[in-house]
Amino acid sequence: METLGIWIAAILTLCIYSFLYRDNPFYRFAEHLLVGMSVGYIIVITIYFGFIPYAWTPIKNAVTDETARLGFLTLIPICMGCLFFARLSSRRAWLIRYPIAILMGISSGIMIPNALQTDIFAQVRGTIDPYSRIGVLSAFEITGAILMVIGVVCTLTYFFFSVEHRGPVNWLSKVGIAFLMIGFGSAFGNTVMGRVALLIQRVDFLINDWIGSIF
Amino acid sequence: MIKTTQWVAICLVLCLSVSTAFSQESAAPSNVTAVDTPNDDGSSITIKWDAAAEDTGISGYQILRQIADGDLEEIGELLPAGTTTYVDSAIEKGNIYTYIVRATTETEATVDSEQTIPVKGTGEWFHTGKTALFIVMLLFSATIVWNIYDARSGKEIFVRRIPGLEAVDEAIGRATEMGRSILYVLGLGSIGRVATIASMTILGQVARRTADYETPLRVPCIDPIVLNVVREVVKTSYIDEGHPDAYNEENIFYLTGSQFAYAAGVDGMMVREKPAAIFLQGSFAAESLILAETGNSIGAIQIAGTDSEHQLPFFIAACDYTLIGEELYAATAYLSKDPMFLGSLKGQDWGKVLILGMIVLGVALEISGINWITTLLQQVN
Repeated sequence: METLGIWIAAILTLCIYSFLYRDNPFYRFAEHLLVGMSVGYIIVITIYFGFIPYAWTPIKNAVTDETARLGFLTLIPICMGCLFFARLSSRRAWLIRYPIAILMGISSGIMIPNALQTDIFAQVRGTIDPYSRIGVLSAFEITGAILMVIGVVCTLTYFFFSVEHRGPVNWLSKVGIAFLMIGFGSAFGNTVMGRVALLIQRVDFLINDWIGSIF
Repeated sequence: MIKTTQWVAICLVLCLSVSTAFSQESAAPSNVTAVDTPNDDGSSITIKWDAAAEDTGISGYQILRQIADGDLEEIGELLPAGTTTYVDSAIEKGNIYTYIVRATTETEATVDSEQTIPVKGTGEWFHTGKTALFIVMLLFSATIVWNIYDARSGKEIFVRRIPGLEAVDEAIGRATEMGRSILYVLGLGSIGRVATIASMTILGQVARRTADYETPLRVPCIDPIVLNVVREVVKTSYIDEGHPDAYNEENIFYLTGSQFAYAAGVDGMMVREKPAAIFLQGSFAAESLILAETGNSIGAIQIAGTDSEHQLPFFIAACDYTLIGEELYAATAYLSKDPMFLGSLKGQDWGKVLILGMIVLGVALEISGINWITTLLQQVN
């Protein structure tokens, strides 16, 4: 059974890699298999980890257990969710806007404070923080702290949209974009290294696990 | 008759016993309190006790918990000596608990503290630790709202040139001339992602133009909720432009919810349908280069935009134009020229001025030995 699994994995890997040459029936087969199986898998996951624990079980408990009557409150979000099916009727399709509005409102309420905390305030603090220890920092660390402030100020200047980029603003934003590109370059190299590691892992599977199982 | 030496031995044993008992008594954790953990959803109780003196020979602490009339049970691992706090996060809401802190000595003897008073975990409506963040958010929101009103009152707001957005018309025009479709990919983001919302507003503007030119617009979605919103957005654009008949709901469809299956499916669409223009706007992850490289290989004009900073290098390398981070959020204002979006953009710029000012002032103050800005930021975080 394990050998059969290795053969299936190896053949599908080769089918997907055949796309490097051009689109072909083997790639199309693997693509449709992957898409179809992933949809089926997600439906099962949604039923087991979404519908059953959050909708079915609370309602079932509320019906059967007197101490769990509060579970009937789950009917409110369930009804809101059911409004998504309003799309099936052209006359009632507008009802779908209610659950979408609620969802977007809740998501924004959760995301915006988190973004402020992690993307803004934590970064500002990280930029300023080294200067509280400036007396004990090495020359290298001081240079890093200075570069950090210059980089942040210039990069932020690049993202001013309501100001025309002329004169000093233009120069600052150009330095900012240079900082961005240096950052992107290092991120690119880092990720490519990671992807090459994935390729090596796959080739290792083909050579050792698959071909190795034949000979 | 008991001899003098025997008396001495008995006395020594008694003294030793008394001193041992006394020392064990003194090793018992003192001032043990159990309180509902503040600023949480009621799912934890915090137990605190005083640190034992160094010479008591305590090697660790074990927490014991009792539910109402139930038995005492050990919870968690043995805590190292010096620990004075434990958060019990494995409680059930509504139940009443009492706790005992058991000190373990190096000789594996144990001494129990007094049992705490009963306590119940309750959730709080307001997180007092986030008051500073709340105030800052109010300030930011007020700045944006004030600028929106300013823009609505007729004041002209300048928006700098964003090359990637100026190419939108060029891309749509090219697709129309070639008689091919436009592929719009919103990435992996759910409806809660800011990038997805920004992408949908750009899609609304793109759909207005495709409605005018009657160019097919194909949108494969990874999230069923995003799919429904996208259909609404595109349909509204077509109706607004006076071409409701040109709207084809089947062109906006659910592909799959799995990341790489989605990438494989979109790649297949690219090579088979050969769209003349591809928009990759939204939240992306490891599939970004797979999509952008395939789009590049079929010769489509590609305009990408994301706030996923790790994917931006791939878009910059493989696409014709890339909206970097916040440029994606600015796109709506840029394309629509709507006073509300323009005012919002201006308000965000004021927010950036505030951040810049905070950094410059913070650095100057820190060098001078004044650290109230970092203290404030610490509180906000």
